[in-house]
Amino acid sequence: MKKTQTTGVKEPFLRIARREDVTTKGSILIRAAAIIAALVVDALFIFLVTGLNPVSVYVVMFTGTFGNFMRFKWAVEELAKLLLVGIALAPAFKMRFWNIGAEGQVLMGGLATAFCMIYFGNTLPTWLLFVTMFVTSIAIGALWGIIPAFFKARWNTNETLFTLMMNYVAIQLVAFATNTWRGQASSLGRINPGTEAGWFPSIMGQRCTINIIVIAILTVAMFIYLKYTKHGFEIAVVGESENTARYAGINVRKVILRTMAISGAICGLGGLFIVAGNSQTIATTSAGGRGFDAIIVAWLAKFNTFYMVLISFLIVFLEKGASQIATSYSIMNDYSADVISGIILFFILGSEFFINYRLIFRNGGKNA
Amino acid sequence: MFKKIASLVLAVLMIASVAAVFSSCGAGSGFKVGVILVGDDTEGYTKSHMDGIKAAAESLGLKDSQIIWKYKVEENDACAKAAQDLVAQGCKVIFSNSYGHQNYMEQVAKEFPDVTFVSMTGDYAAISGLSNFKNAFTSVYEARYVSGVVAGLKLQELVKAGTLTKAKLPNSFDKNGNIKIGYVGAFDYAEVVSGYTAFYLGVKSVVSNVVMDVIYTDSWFDVELEGAAAEALIARGCVIIGQHADSTGAPAAAQKAKDAGTLVYSVGYNIDMLPTAPTAALTSPTNCWDVYYKYAIDSAMKGEEIVADWAHGYADSAVKVTPLGPEVAAGTQEKIDEVIAGLKAGTLRVFDTSKFTVGGKKVTTAPIDLSLMDWTTMTVVHQGATVEAIVDGYFSESTFRSAPYFALRIDGITEQAARVTK
Repeated sequence: MKKTQTTGVKEPFLRIARREDVTTKGSILIRAAAIIAALVVDALFIFLVTGLNPVSVYVVMFTGTFGNFMRFKWAVEELAKLLLVGIALAPAFKMRFWNIGAEGQVLMGGLATAFCMIYFGNTLPTWLLFVTMFVTSIAIGALWGIIPAFFKARWNTNETLFTLMMNYVAIQLVAFATNTWRGQASSLGRINPGTEAGWFPSIMGQRCTINIIVIAILTVAMFIYLKYTKHGFEIAVVGESENTARYAGINVRKVILRTMAISGAICGLGGLFIVAGNSQTIATTSAGGRGFDAIIVAWLAKFNTFYMVLISFLIVFLEKGASQIATSYSIMNDYSADVISGIILFFILGSEFFINYRLIFRNGGKNA
Repeated sequence: MFKKIASLVLAVLMIASVAAVFSSCGAGSGFKVGVILVGDDTEGYTKSHMDGIKAAAESLGLKDSQIIWKYKVEENDACAKAAQDLVAQGCKVIFSNSYGHQNYMEQVAKEFPDVTFVSMTGDYAAISGLSNFKNAFTSVYEARYVSGVVAGLKLQELVKAGTLTKAKLPNSFDKNGNIKIGYVGAFDYAEVVSGYTAFYLGVKSVVSNVVMDVIYTDSWFDVELEGAAAEALIARGCVIIGQHADSTGAPAAAQKAKDAGTLVYSVGYNIDMLPTAPTAALTSPTNCWDVYYKYAIDSAMKGEEIVADWAHGYADSAVKVTPLGPEVAAGTQEKIDEVIAGLKAGTLRVFDTSKFTVGGKKVTTAPIDLSLMDWTTMTVVHQGATVEAIVDGYFSESTFRSAPYFALRIDGITEQAARVTK
């Protein structure tokens, strides 16, 4: 009290200070504590809301990914798709260009793929069909990224809103297309069910093998691109300060356009993989929220594509667990299952805060 | 950072391997049935399937643990994944209950020839060329006909009592003096057309001067849309609201209008609508799925082949109408018992060509192409035969394949092009 009187400034009850000195052991402890806390809060939620035994629900959640070989395979497939969108977002985010439009860019890539499968599936030779699908999906994904980038570079429009709204345009285009293509059926089923034209071939018994191989290569390539190339350096400089970049002689507009073209193109490729390599159909939900989940992936991993693999795994594990819970108990539905995985994710994200910052209470902060 | 995460992942993987060992111990013990459901027990259509499977399992002595349920599985890749997952859990026979599941079931059936996949209400197992892919339906059009008779008797009673006359309720008659009734349909598919025609012919067998409006909702289950469609029909003066949609929306709307003084009754579907519409509900046609499930599960347990197309009706107790409501006409039960006896014996045919006309003419031929079409590219996926459905003076429904194929638009019924909104 005396201290505050003398200085005339009331010391706040709680202060937040950045930590620089957190040890490996310390950060592991913080994360472990976060997970335990999340499981306790979840257990309360499960028991109070549904009356189920939390431990058995956790076991079911765990089996969502590890229950059998099939589920593990799907988890890897999902991980690859999410990771790909994360890789696509990394250069844009590193440039501090908030690309919230991955969902739409993925959908447009998928839409282009579906279009090629339907209209060229029975006329073009297989190799040319795949080339057409590949080129159009990447081109349209890139276009969906370049449009907001152009407006940002030219007139400094807000890219967060612009990319977000482009999602809704894409969703409506897909809704229109699927409604047209379904014909007399109640929904658009698998495209070309008889001929399987445009479906990725099964390699080693899995249709998604191509997806996984390409995404693995891209993970390494994007890491190198961002860390060791001139382009990567330019992206980092533009992200830190556009003025500095200009002063250093970097063409900021060109970098913005180029980076968003790459970001959109990779998302478009994601659309190709989802439609041709995975579900062989398209719906407004084909991107499945990956465009948004990937934001968490890119941020938590601090744009390091190798960390992204781990973060993607975590998110997929939680999602698979949640859907396993929802389909295993009739009392649970997608919403209540999502609450369970959401709480875990919330605590893990929260633990990052406690690793980077510490709290100083009024009387406890002796070294303040 | 990397070390931390790596250690975390390592820990997770270790637990995973332990769990994998545990789960592999549990698998493979005994016969298992997998069930893929488009909804859950809160939705009438799915509940009737669940009840059927539970009843079949009980009579066959299966334990609860021998049935693995997958709830709320959408008609997309999720269905294929659910089926694969059920195979991985050791199921020998897998059922899916929604029409849109069938393509995904077919795909998984190709992958696992040792497991039998039954796509309920599906329509192309017989021509798919797969010996482990099956379809089944019930001849529910028979029960719809009977429910139409119940509604017709009610109309007849109202007319006789002088309640339903052109003078008192001019809005409920068309310009030719026909009584208006309405129907809430899901999609303009053969399945729905077959159902509403059977219902209409049931009504018409009692009251000859009747016309019916059909409003589609383009959804199998939408409480609000079905309610809105029923309200639109009631506003037009329809006295009976039939339905081929899965919710309680239409009966609830009918009850509300009836309580407000409008003359209207409801015929539901799948479930007894009396809890929803205590005085407006007359009855509901429904499927007794346990008859099929008992047959199919029993065959699978014995290792016998299930028929590719199964469709049975009253003769095998596979369909019925739910208990009659309090306001049905006197003598209804006796009359419908008589109708049911006729259907069982084959002396009464629902789609008797002497009882309806198309474009003013009697129908003498109805070629049905059983091929599976890809409506997106308008190509044939599986080639099927083209058969003549008119046999001995009646349209032979659900005999050439289990899924309905009656798609004639008969005189007296008007499909509304306009859709209602919520």
